[in-house]
Amino acid sequence: MESLLRIPVSELCDAIRRGSIKAEDYMASTLDRIRRLEDKVHAFITLVEEPILMERAREIDRRVKDGRGFVGSLPGIPIAIKDLICTKGLRTTCGSRILEGYIPSYNATVIERLQGQGAIVLGKTNMDEFAMGSSTEFSYFGPTRNPWDLSRVPGGSSGGSAAALAAYEAPLALGSDTGGSVRCPASFCSVVGLKPTYGLVSRFGLIAYANSLEQIGPMARTVEDCALLFSLMVGRDPLDSTSVEPPETVFFQSQRTDDAMDLKGLKVGIPKEFFGEGTQEPVAEAVQRTLEKLESLGAQCQETTIPSIHYALPAYYIIAMSEASSNLARYDGLRYGLRVPDRGYGWNAIFSENRRLGFGPEVKRRIILGTYALSAGYFEKYYLKAQKIRTILRMEFQRAFKHFHILAGPSMPILPFKIGEKVSNPLEMYMCDVHTVPANLTGLPALSLPCGFRNGLPVGIQFMAPAFQEGLIFKVAFALEKALDLREEPSLGFR
Amino acid sequence: MVKDKGKGGGKGRKEGEGKESEPKVIIGLEVHVQLTNLKTKLFCSCSTDYRGAEPNTHVCPICMGEPGTLPVLNEGAIEDAIMVALALGSNISKRTLFSRKNYFYPDMPKNFQISQYDGAGGIPFATGGSVSIGVGKEVRIRRIQIEEDPGRLVYEGTIDASPFTLVDYNRAGLPLIEIVTEPDIESPKEARMFLQSLRSILEHLGVFDESLQGAMRCDANISIRGGKRVEIKNISSFKDVERALSFEITRQKGLLARGLKVGMETRHWDDLRRITVSLRIKEEEQDYRYFPEPDLVPITISEDLIAKVKARMPILPSERKKIFADKYGIPLQTAEVLVSSKAMADFFEECIKLKADPLTLANWLTGDLKALLNEMEIEIWESKVTPAHMAELLSLMKEGILSGKMAKEVLKEVVATGKMPRKIVEERGLRTIASMESLKEVVERVFSENPEAVRDALRQEKAVHFLIGQVMKATKGSADPLIANEAVRKKLEEIASLSSSSSPSLSLSPSPSPSSSPSRT
Amino acid sequence: MPKERKKGRRESKDSAKEGSSGPRIGREEVKHLAWLARIKLSNKEIDAFAQQLNQILEYFRKIDEVDTEGIEPTYHVLDLTNVFRKDEPRPFPAEDVLRNVPEKRGGYVKAPRMG
Repeated sequence: MESLLRIPVSELCDAIRRGSIKAEDYMASTLDRIRRLEDKVHAFITLVEEPILMERAREIDRRVKDGRGFVGSLPGIPIAIKDLICTKGLRTTCGSRILEGYIPSYNATVIERLQGQGAIVLGKTNMDEFAMGSSTEFSYFGPTRNPWDLSRVPGGSSGGSAAALAAYEAPLALGSDTGGSVRCPASFCSVVGLKPTYGLVSRFGLIAYANSLEQIGPMARTVEDCALLFSLMVGRDPLDSTSVEPPETVFFQSQRTDDAMDLKGLKVGIPKEFFGEGTQEPVAEAVQRTLEKLESLGAQCQETTIPSIHYALPAYYIIAMSEASSNLARYDGLRYGLRVPDRGYGWNAIFSENRRLGFGPEVKRRIILGTYALSAGYFEKYYLKAQKIRTILRMEFQRAFKHFHILAGPSMPILPFKIGEKVSNPLEMYMCDVHTVPANLTGLPALSLPCGFRNGLPVGIQFMAPAFQEGLIFKVAFALEKALDLREEPSLGFR
Repeated sequence: MVKDKGKGGGKGRKEGEGKESEPKVIIGLEVHVQLTNLKTKLFCSCSTDYRGAEPNTHVCPICMGEPGTLPVLNEGAIEDAIMVALALGSNISKRTLFSRKNYFYPDMPKNFQISQYDGAGGIPFATGGSVSIGVGKEVRIRRIQIEEDPGRLVYEGTIDASPFTLVDYNRAGLPLIEIVTEPDIESPKEARMFLQSLRSILEHLGVFDESLQGAMRCDANISIRGGKRVEIKNISSFKDVERALSFEITRQKGLLARGLKVGMETRHWDDLRRITVSLRIKEEEQDYRYFPEPDLVPITISEDLIAKVKARMPILPSERKKIFADKYGIPLQTAEVLVSSKAMADFFEECIKLKADPLTLANWLTGDLKALLNEMEIEIWESKVTPAHMAELLSLMKEGILSGKMAKEVLKEVVATGKMPRKIVEERGLRTIASMESLKEVVERVFSENPEAVRDALRQEKAVHFLIGQVMKATKGSADPLIANEAVRKKLEEIASLSSSSSPSLSLSPSPSPSSSPSRT
Repeated sequence: MPKERKKGRRESKDSAKEGSSGPRIGREEVKHLAWLARIKLSNKEIDAFAQQLNQILEYFRKIDEVDTEGIEPTYHVLDLTNVFRKDEPRPFPAEDVLRNVPEKRGGYVKAPRMG
């Protein structure tokens, strides 16, 4: 039964549609795997009850057997959902205590779309509280462990989703990426993760951390699976004023033939800033090797520069924290979530107490900082200035893309670190995002692809492209993935 | 927000100008108007028809601020805002965007309000413009902006004594237009006049229905003699504006008289106790941390759109006033009063349709009826008087059945009970009494129109009959001939006793024959 | 609601001390920010935050090095404008939303007292 879990999703979908594999069997295998591994990995906060999951899977099989009823492009496929995406009737926590008891009254638009394609929500995955973190250590529910080395972090904030994929607990997952929260765990867990062009995926139902920066991102074990999931997520949503209709260029059609892997004429820019001081030697080396592989496929790699990259990180944090301080103001205990008894106190005291108990230290830090950055007299110095740097970065990337089709570099400057190593040093933790935040600031698409292991730990390569060029990114990643042909699987103590 | 312009703000007046005994009062208003013509809330599709409904029945995840929800702008709000800006002569921004105003309060579902601002990256919908408040004065508008209404708070007793607060989010998210004035207003009366003019304009535009409770609210900012500014919140009726400001002026004068300083603060208007109450919020601690709303994209307003809206704009009070004056020959001042309320102006036009005489009608509406309504503290649409009532009343006067004085009495009852004037006249047997009264006027008129006949009538019986005939003619024969007879003779008696000469042949006894025909010509 | 603060540098007791490249946040400032954000902090937390926040702000002030003269801010990364919704009511089952309310009373959401 375990071999079922190794089948790539697109193949799996075909098989289920034909009836040669039963969705029920696949679900059973998935649940079995979760039962054996969850204690070690802790990828999930909430799992949908088994009887419900099995019944939904059986329904798909029934429709296939009867030849009647809509089955969809992801028939019976279990999907792990990061716990800041609203799922109707299913508890949603954002990895926080402040949403205790909260059960959304509606589905996020992506959930509606995916369920509409036959996918089955498997459960809600662990995350850094309100997506604030790069290690999934800041969850109220405890950390998730990296399946490649259980003493290390899976990355964050979508650590649960990445770990579930790496551990074969789910074939597909949704994460969210505000400053690298899909690409970081994808890199640390050796899976594929995309941050789409801003506006391609509806944010309705994505519990907000920093609205002008974030997108829901598809995550999977292979490029093809990731592209398939992505194609079903995009589309303008009338409920999201910042969503757009996807142009054709965002889609990817994989060619099953081997000779279509030709990347001749592809110009790849390598920003030298991505190989700076903060990048660990093994990581730099692994990515260099990968770039050589890319060249062997016909691509031309050349060094380039994004001069203002060093300002991207502080600009990102200022903007993100400012928006967060406003987005998280609604958690006061009146309409949902944690509520301490009034005991005669006034509303100011009760709000303050609810939030004191409900938020973890990192969230509090960012709210306070964000409040400061927006406060009277400081708006120009911080928020406004950061937004101007954003403009400068956009211009610099635009310039780079005049000469190159895509840009590449390490997704993360470091290898996955030990659990507990950076929790006490916020600034050190923030520095992990140095390669990923530019894509969020500029709204450009970026993908992390596993490109090898060093010291037994995963390394990821990041590709960035002009807006709406996800199709190109997938094409390059697909070709490279095939060429790299990584076969490793996480030990986790057993197979 | 009305920015503090420092001492002696307003139109460049110097501090201390004017009578030394009267401290100069500077008032600015922030008026919030619900766009009651819109069917849905500003950012979600909940119905705006919440009045009278159970609490929290017109809500959805978006207006309740549930996590993950996003706002989408109601296109009707933009068109309404364009009309308001055009009507007030304001400059519409080519590009406008929404800003977040961040503060905590139990009536705020998100603990920020999606609003507009003219700083920190924000661009309000329109700036400038003015409202004429009669007496030759214009109150300048600082800006017009679109924003969402918070929810409604309910207390058990007074705000400070209630052991808990109840929140109803039915109103949360309702579309509002905020109109901020420059501090040009100089008295509570002017404040009320401003609101009346503004209300009439908005009513004529059709964006707002004054009969809906709470559809227009305002906050006032007041300072005396250039001192610290006090903000008064929770004013929801025009009378209250005048009362609250008057109270506040008295309060502040009292402090100043005792040598105390007026602190800058926010006070809450308690309409039950008719006082302003300090909310004990320290001014320096509030900080709205405005920034542009990331979930909403900017709006561009094209000249095309403005032209389209302008083309279908309803008639404004100022235009209507001119039409009344030109078409019906009403003095401009009277016309001005007529259009100060759309309801009144509409009422007027309906009465005209029922053939009422425009000038008489206008005088009655702006005079007696208005006075009555003010006394009873109700609006015209809250009273029971309809155009049919008014038309009939005027008719009765014209027919001579009711004198002006009597008609005033009848009107009182009409307004209170809604009975038709003719019915009232019958029920109270006013006809005879009224006849005597109103005949007096007719007699006066006839006498003044026929001075020769009057002179003759003092000597000859024939002329007396002539005069009686004229009176009957004037009342179209509806007067009682006996009473007409009596009235004429009584009048002649008066005149005779006043003049030095008297004719011995004058007979003052009424003509004895009961069969004398009234239509004696 | 009370007036916005006047623009310009705040001068509270502790924050006037200049750090190497800018004002430092003192305890009073942290307390004030915690009030604005309605998060009750313990004394220990106030001290810890003051220290951490200054460290982080120091790093943020790196952006002062960038010349942004004549640059427009990017508040919205998409060049999208004029997104609207038609004025047509679409009711939502209110019970679903109210189910999450921790304290209710007679159909109202019950909040602590105002005073």
